[in-house]
Amino acid sequence: MQGDVIAKKEDKGWFYTDTVKEHFFHPKNFLEDEAAYGDAYLGMVGSPACGDAMKVYLKIEKDADGLERIKDFKWKTFGCASAIAATSMLSVMVTEHGGMLLEEALKLRPQDIMLRLGGLPARKIHCSVLGDKALRSAVNDYYRKSGQIDKISLEAGRVIDHVLKITDHDIEEAVLEGADTLEKVQARTKVGTGDPSCIPEVENLIRFYKEKYFGA
Amino acid sequence: MKTNKIIYLDHAATTPLDPRVLEAMQPYFTEDFGNPSSFHSVGMRAKDAVAEARGTVARLLGGHEDEILFTSGGTESDNLAVMGVPRYWHEKNGVLPHVITSAVEHYAVLEPLIAMDRKKEIELTIVGVSREGQISVEEVMSAIKSNTVLISIMTANNEIGTIQPIAELGREILKYRKLHATTFPYLHTDACQATGFLDLNVEKTHVDLLTLNGSKMYGPKGVGVLYVRRGVKVQPMFIGGGQEKNLRSGTENVPGIIGLAKAFELVQAEREVESARLSTLRDRLAQGLLSIPKTILNGHPKERLPNSVNISFIDIEGEAAVLYLDAQGIMVSTGSACASTSLDPSHVILATGLSYEAAHGSIRFTLGHSTTEEDVDFVLRVMPAIVERLRLMSPANLDMKYFA
Ligand code: FES
Repeated sequence: MQGDVIAKKEDKGWFYTDTVKEHFFHPKNFLEDEAAYGDAYLGMVGSPACGDAMKVYLKIEKDADGLERIKDFKWKTFGCASAIAATSMLSVMVTEHGGMLLEEALKLRPQDIMLRLGGLPARKIHCSVLGDKALRSAVNDYYRKSGQIDKISLEAGRVIDHVLKITDHDIEEAVLEGADTLEKVQARTKVGTGDPSCIPEVENLIRFYKEKYFGA
Repeated sequence: MKTNKIIYLDHAATTPLDPRVLEAMQPYFTEDFGNPSSFHSVGMRAKDAVAEARGTVARLLGGHEDEILFTSGGTESDNLAVMGVPRYWHEKNGVLPHVITSAVEHYAVLEPLIAMDRKKEIELTIVGVSREGQISVEEVMSAIKSNTVLISIMTANNEIGTIQPIAELGREILKYRKLHATTFPYLHTDACQATGFLDLNVEKTHVDLLTLNGSKMYGPKGVGVLYVRRGVKVQPMFIGGGQEKNLRSGTENVPGIIGLAKAFELVQAEREVESARLSTLRDRLAQGLLSIPKTILNGHPKERLPNSVNISFIDIEGEAAVLYLDAQGIMVSTGSACASTSLDPSHVILATGLSYEAAHGSIRFTLGHSTTEEDVDFVLRVMPAIVERLRLMSPANLDMKYFA
């Protein structure tokens, strides 16, 4: 599986770029003083692939034009070098230049983080999705607390396999874990074993997510 | 606290080539380069050298020359044993063969067996292990059925160093065969990790097949041994020129074979002294690391290889720790899911009953010839700060009561 922003040198020695290494060895904005962030907006997610976890603490303020901007982004992660570097980079991206507009931040894609990192190895792409999801979850927390309930985007997913209650998110996660065929997705999710009628749709989704994350 | 020195603590992954081994190998690249199958004197010289190496390996294992097969390494030897025995038997008898193995075996044993089981080529029983990583001989014995042809249990584990009671298992199997007047089941053991530390004499352990790997004993990579006791039949995987008694065709890796024999000879001769030296360092390292809060020793506290220390640092992820240690010049490995291509955490640590989180934070330090007390002390100096830093970054804060 090859994607557009994957480091080419994966097989040669260090497979992380210098930028990844810099953010890994000197992570920016990780939360050291939890007490000072008691009132921050909190987002929490677990990684689909390897059971890793991440917490994000956001501070959001309105600027002179009344637009919501991210003023602070602190994080903690239980994950590999890619997860640490990707989250560190994300924290820089959303807080630089006076803070990113909330609307723009919500449009960030894992690919944008990877581009700034100079690429990640293919099997590490899912790690960069972690920060993105944690950010979304923290923004939802903000919307909830600021009464903008209509803006909360629920990641509940759409049920595809009605017997096993498997959603499009489950398929997405399987693809991110490297399952690039129906057989491999089934090995992880058992999708379609009780409800074969959903298989065409599953195959469609696999194609869609492969395209989305790996450009293949 | 920067150092340029490399502290290599990953000897279970591979060992450097002993210079004495390199010296023994050298002539066979350019001078005595012949093909042992040739009928001229250049070929004969290579043939004699291979024969001598075979004799050395046979003597060290307590077997006969005709019982030694040279292969391309541990994986091939394991594959040949666990695939070759049941396949030969099936062809002969037409009955579905049954194989017993353990949950902590190397993938070179587990993967082919699981694949054959899935294809209904064999019937497979995978026995579990204790919290310390040991199989129960009783459990293995009670899993034997009339169609059990092979039992494959490693001598010592590559990840956690736990030593299995192979001699005891061998004795019980012998008794079983006598009682039932049968030649089955055979016992195969992967002894790659134990080569430099244990007595591998097959008359003492009663194993019928045994795997060795050159690159785990300060020998060359790309060469291994499968010991196959007289009378034990395996179906070959490589077919061709009929080398290695028709069981492994292909021109012999002459320099590799010479190197493996030399390396095996050296590590076995120095085994007791080196084991004693490394045990002391191992215990110093383990004790020091375990004084860091929220740590667990993986593997058996006593029945463990003299070079093996595997510790789970709770709340941190192993790949990150490996890279921070690398930055200090310390080379180790981890059972973390993040560091594996499959994104699955170590099957060995999970098999000992620990959780995903503990497997995630497991770091393996394997000592070797080059390891000194200063190395150990340096690791003990830098490790607490690395763990502390990664824990600071981590949202996890697990209660140790879950790991009791
Ligand atoms: S967080 Fe597990 S592989 Fe990156």
